[in-house]
Order: sequence, then C-alpha cells, then structure tokens
Amino acid sequence: MLPFLDYETLRVIWWLVLGVLLMGFAAMDGFDLGVAMWLPFLAKTDGERRMIINSVGPVWEGNQVWLILGAGAIFAAWPPVYAAAFSGFYLAMFLVLCALILRPGGFKYRSKLKGERWREIWDWLLFVGGFVPALVFGVAVGNALLGAPFRFDADLRMDYQGNLLGLFQPFALLTGLVSVAMLAMHGGAYLASKAGSPVAARARQAASVAAVALILLFAVGGFWTAHLDGYRIVGSMAHDAASNPLHKQAVRQTGAWLSNYSAMPWTMAAPALGFLGAAAMILALRLRRDKLAVLSSGLSVMGVVATAGLSMFPFILPSSLDPSMSLTVWDASSSRGTLALMLVATVIFLPMILAYTAFVYRVLRGRITPGRVESDPNSY
Amino acid sequence: MIDPQAVDLSRVQFGLTALYHFLFVPLTLGLSVLLAIMESVYVMTGRAIWRAMTRYWGLLFGINFAMGVATGITMEFQFGTNWAYYAHYVGDIFGAPLAIEGLMAFFLEATFVGIFFFGWDRMSRVGHLTVTCLLALGTNLSALWILVANGWMQHPVGAAFNPASMRMELVSFYEVLFNPTAQDKFVHTVSAGYVTGSVFVLAISAWFLLRGRNREFAKRSMTVAASFGLAASLSVVVLGDESGYTASANQKMKIAAIEAMWETQPAPASFTILGFPDPAAHETHYAVRIPWLMGLIATRSLDQPVPGIQNLVTDNIQRIRNGMVAYGAMDKLRSNPNDTASQALLNANAGDLGYGLLLKRYTDKVVDATPAQIQQAAQDTVPGVVPLFWAFRLMVVLGFYFIALFGVFFWLSAKRRLDDCPALLRVALWSLPLPWLAAELGWFVAEYGRQPWTIDGVLPTYLSVSSISGGDVIASLSGFILFYSTLAVVEVYLMVKYIRLGPEGSGMNG
Repeated sequence: MLPFLDYETLRVIWWLVLGVLLMGFAAMDGFDLGVAMWLPFLAKTDGERRMIINSVGPVWEGNQVWLILGAGAIFAAWPPVYAAAFSGFYLAMFLVLCALILRPGGFKYRSKLKGERWREIWDWLLFVGGFVPALVFGVAVGNALLGAPFRFDADLRMDYQGNLLGLFQPFALLTGLVSVAMLAMHGGAYLASKAGSPVAARARQAASVAAVALILLFAVGGFWTAHLDGYRIVGSMAHDAASNPLHKQAVRQTGAWLSNYSAMPWTMAAPALGFLGAAAMILALRLRRDKLAVLSSGLSVMGVVATAGLSMFPFILPSSLDPSMSLTVWDASSSRGTLALMLVATVIFLPMILAYTAFVYRVLRGRITPGRVESDPNSY
Repeated sequence: MIDPQAVDLSRVQFGLTALYHFLFVPLTLGLSVLLAIMESVYVMTGRAIWRAMTRYWGLLFGINFAMGVATGITMEFQFGTNWAYYAHYVGDIFGAPLAIEGLMAFFLEATFVGIFFFGWDRMSRVGHLTVTCLLALGTNLSALWILVANGWMQHPVGAAFNPASMRMELVSFYEVLFNPTAQDKFVHTVSAGYVTGSVFVLAISAWFLLRGRNREFAKRSMTVAASFGLAASLSVVVLGDESGYTASANQKMKIAAIEAMWETQPAPASFTILGFPDPAAHETHYAVRIPWLMGLIATRSLDQPVPGIQNLVTDNIQRIRNGMVAYGAMDKLRSNPNDTASQALLNANAGDLGYGLLLKRYTDKVVDATPAQIQQAAQDTVPGVVPLFWAFRLMVVLGFYFIALFGVFFWLSAKRRLDDCPALLRVALWSLPLPWLAAELGWFVAEYGRQPWTIDGVLPTYLSVSSISGGDVIASLSGFILFYSTLAVVEVYLMVKYIRLGPEGSGMNG
C-alpha cells in the first residue's frame, strides 16, 4: 500500500499523526476535563451546577474517543512505546482509569436522584475525574522529557525500574501543573461561551486566571528545560531499518531538548502559539468574544502539546537507564505495511469524524440556560 | 524478570474486567438496533406511542451505554499496562483493528449518542432517525473490529515473524479482516447482543403487563422484541455451530477440551451430551453420547477423525522440538543477520516458534530444554477441561432456551394473546439475567479455551505479561473489584428505579 511513501517518510507522517491526535485529545476532551475541574467552584446552586454539567453533557462521550483513539494509534503505530509507557507508568494509568470511569457516573447518574448529598458526592467525583487525568497526563509528559527508567533484553522484553512515587519528580510536577492550568483555561473559556449567566461571567474570570498561570508555568518550564538533561543521538542511525531500539547510540546532554529550536527555527511557532493563544484568549474574553476565546485557548493547548513533541523529536520515550535504548521515531514504529494501512484508514475516516462532529456541535448550538436544563427530561 | 504471580493476577484482572465490560456491551448492541426499529416505525406511522417507546428504552440504553464505553477504556489500556510484551510482540497486527475501531466505530457511536438524547426537538423526524441508525451502526461496527482483533488471537493469519524486530508483523490485512474465525465470531457475538436486548425488553414489558400498567406500550415492545429476538437467537445458534466448525479446523485442542475427548475416535466421532470428565484418568465417566454428531459438527463429513487431547499433546511435543530449532536459528540470526542457513532453518520452522516459546516458562535456554521440560510444556497446551466442558454445555442449553422463549412469545403476539397468560409472563421476567449468563459463558469458553496462549500457537500467555510486580497488580485488582462493585450497585439501583417509574414517571411518554 502507498508505494510512493518510503518507510522513513511514513514514520515521520505517523509521528505527525500521533501529534494531531494528541492535540485533538487535549483540545476536545481537554475542555470537558477542564469544565469538570471548575464544577465545584463556579456554581453556587444546583441549577448552576446542572448548567455546567449539561454544557458538556451531550458531547463528552464523543470527546473521550480522542483519548481512546490516541491510545489506539500509539498501539497500532508505535507498539514499543505503548508497551513501555503503559506498563512503566502502571499505577498512574490505573489512577487515570479510575478517574475516567467516574465520569459516566457523574454525568449519567448524578441528576437521576434528587438527594443533595448524592449530587454533592458526584460533583466532587466529577472534579476528580477531570483533575486527575489532567495532572497525570501532564506528569507523564514530564517523565517522557526526563526519560523513563527502562531497558530491554535481547528478546526486547522491557525491564522497568521505577514506581508510582518516582513519577512525581519536581520537573514532572511542574508539567503536571502546566497541564492542569492549560485545561482549566480551556474549560473555563468553553464555559464562558456555552453556559448562561451568572456562570459564564465567573468562567471568564476563572479562565483568565488560569491563562496567566499557564503563561507563567509554561515559561518556567522552558527555562527549566534549558538546564535539564535532554537526549541526543550520537553517530549515524538508519531511518528505514526494522524497528529495534538496540542498534543506536544516544547520550544525555544538558539543554539537548532545545536544540531542535535552533536547528529548525520554525519549530518556535509551537511554544509561541502556546503563549499567544493564552494571551489572545484573555483579550477575547475581555471583549466578550467568547467563541473566539475558545478558539484561542484551543490553539494555545495545541501549541503546548506540540512543544513537548517537537522538543523531543526524534525521541518519543527516552530511557534514563540506558539512553541508547531510548524509543525514537526511527526504531519504535510498526512495520511499513501497518503504517501505510493505518494512514489510509486515517485519511479516510478523520475528515468524516471532523465533519460529523462539527454537525453535532451545530445541532447543539446555543447557550445552556436553566430553562433548557429543566425542560428536557434527558438533562443530566 | 517475569513475576509468575503477576501473570496469574493479570489474567484474573483481565478476565474480570472483560466480563464486567461485557455486562454493558451486549445490551448496547441489542438495544441500539431495537431503538432504530422502534423509531423507524414511529417515522413511518407517525404514532406517538412508538416515539415514547424509543425514548423510554433509549433512557435505559443511556444508563447502560456510558458505562460500556468507560469500562472499554480499561480493556484497551490493559494491553499496555499488564500485557506489554504482547503489545510489543503483536501490536503491529493487533493494534490496527483496534485503532480502526476507534476511527470508524467509536467516534460514530459516541458522537451521535449525544444528539440521540438531546436532538429530539432540534432535528426533523427523519434526521433524528438517521442519528439513531448511525448510533446502531457504530455499536455494531465496533463489535466487528474488536472481533477481528479477537479472531486473530484465536487464529493468527496474515502475519509473519521478523527476527530483526523480534515480533510478528502484518503480511496481509485482507487475511486478518476476512479471517473466518473473526467473521463467525462477529455474527455470533452481535446476535448474542440482539438476544440480550430482546430479552431485556421482553422481560421488562412482561413486568409491566403483570402489573397491569402501560399495556399498549408493553405489548408493542414485546412484539418487536419477540420477532427480533427469534431471528437473533436462531442466528446465535447457527453461527455458534459455524464457529465450532472453524474452531475445529484451527483450534483442535480447544474443541477436544470442550468435548472432553481424550483420545481420537474412529470417524465419525460421537458427541458427548453429558458426563463427568476426569482429567486425571483421561476419561469421561457416565458419558451420554450421540453417535456421529461430533464428526458432523466438526468436520462436516463422516470419514474424517476429530483428534483427541492425548493425540494432540503427542503432536505438540514434536511442534515444541521444531520450535526449539526455530528459536536457535533466530538466536543466531540476531548476532548475524546475514546467516542464510539460519534464515532457512527459521523459515522452515517459523510456524512452530511459538511452541518453542512455551519452554520459556521452564528454562531461559530454550534450545537446551530437557525431555522432561518438553513434556511439561506439551502438557501445558491442554486447557482446563472440566470448566470448559460445563460452561459450553450451559451456554448451548441457554441458546436453545432463547429460541423457545422467543418462539412462544412470537406466537402469542401473532395471536394477540400476550396478556393472557401470566405464568408465561413470569417466565419471561425471570429469564432476564440469562442472556448475560450465556454471553459471559461464551467468552469464558473462547478465552479460557485458548490457554495457554494469548495468540494461539504464537505467543504464550506466560510470556505476554509486562515486567510488573504481583504487588502492583494486587493494588489495581483490588481497586477494580471495589470500584466496579460499587458502580454496579449504583447502576442496577438506577435501572430498577427507572424501570419502576416507567415511561410516564420518567417523562418519556411524549
């Protein structure tokens, strides 16, 4: 399939596709995770809380598929990365799963009973269901930047020498906070555009605070990265060989994660988008251009995610135990045939997904008012 | 580096979370199609009661649907968290249908489920019906792709081992997709889902009739459920039989274990209806047998034998020896990729490499395994006969029971006597848990019967596990048990509450 694309090109394309899917996840599922984080803080009455929940109620399931697809794409296109990251971060992944499984309960069950205590518990569980994945995914990205303590034997069986607490190093905590601030900003902007008053007004303030926090934390992350040990491939390495992470040399080197930006200055667009999108969102909210604010924060989110990916290229998951066994774009992909097949599937279906998602958002357009929540017996 | 405790606990965890996930899936599969049928009648006739039916059964569908999606993420993640070597070794093939499932099916169902609930007053009738149909299409397509993936675990076609990357790689996607095992399993599984949805609607409608409430609503619902359920239950049994036929060609050991057939019988083999399999004595006590039937089911012929367990174990000893040769050749190829003699040796024995890997449980040096270790590994290829024997028989009895149940209610419905016979309504009500029992037994037979492999003949379960500790899995497993049990209680409580409220109590009567 696709004979005109060589293995090296397909690997780069799949690195890009993975980036697109993860940006899609952060921008789409990101706002409903962010909305859930604000739930206990931006609403005072049950009616206001239901307004917040129903602002994402009809769409969160579709958004969540971006996560499922992102994971599926890593499995299909980067199997060694899937194996190493998911088993290495075992208990962290378990925490994320538990948090995610709280969400259907929070949306579907919460308003089906009238008890105040019942609803209050679900509200906090929804908060946990938004906050924990946001934090853990950010921490995971931080650990990817730091490198994870794994190595392979000759059968390519991985040995991982770390534990749950080992993931929460200072730098990884910072990236976790970047992720929380980013999704809080995005969720706040979405609420500003979707919720009725007075929630929308509170959301405008909250989103702006989160955006300032994001700008500061993201900048600290940038300076910290300059002093951090990155990774660098030494010598030459085949870009079209069978995937096997045992045939290259790599080293740790302070500041190496910034080298792509000097080698390819256009990559600076990603961090710039992260900062400028957040700033533009603050401005748009001031001008009451709420939809423009969601767009801006979405672009900011994508910029931040892209920054992490571009800093590491061609590394995907470096090994801190043995840098030469790191997983990179050139030696951790699926076979050429699988990459080609999956690319065809993606090119066919992704545009369809975007089209019908847009259609569904169009059908559901308009602010969520208390009246709209009350009148529909399906409301959450 | 493999913690044997992590292997066993990960199996328990995967099994339990899969069975839990499959409490929600069959109802989603069946109800989504029933909703599309009911709404089609509404759009064609314009009668409001059909709209109320779609909305009320849709409400119960919704309580179920979200949990199905969320518990499905646990399944996807576990291939990486608990079965990392599996993910590495076969991700090149297995990951593709999973990712395509996301692209083609999950997005479709999860995106449209939102406007199924919230689009009633925002779309035209035909527009909303289209949404419901797309929702049903999405759920059924997701079943197709996950069964393509599962079918490949049972019968791995279209792939080859690549020593350079130490894993299986895709050779023909066409073969993976049109794998006969996958196609049979797909139709068998979605039909089982339709049966589940139909029994659900039938049982709850029977309860309404027994209470003397919502009579018109209940009778119409029962008519739809009985006719759809009758077709589905026939399809389950026919395709189950077809699965048996393909499995007997490709998974001989599984069939022999289900039948507790210890030795090869002269063709045509007889079918054991009942008996008490005794794994120690290699015989089945008090067996009641039908002559010829097994030969007909398994080979569709009267002159081909069906191999017995002991004969297959003897065959597997030879396959393990071939696997040792393949492993040795692979080892040489790793240090010298241009060694053509080793490449030829590997190619000649590649089909049995997986059998060589069975020895890894007993020795790291596969090529130096002792005859005793080879014997042990060959014995490991026999799955647990007793649980398979009974689980299979119970599932089959339930399958035929559903045909009878739907047959009776189809006849009652045609004669317009659905509310004449409270005893039968009670039977329908008490049948409610049975399709779930049958479906769970079916998965148990399929997956437990595949042991000791994750990928039949290619990758042993023991090797598939991640390098995690038993302690990690104890933590996650106890978390899942606690957490899933709580959610199950909440879910059942809400289901019962909304069933008691009925269509008008839940505001779904318009």
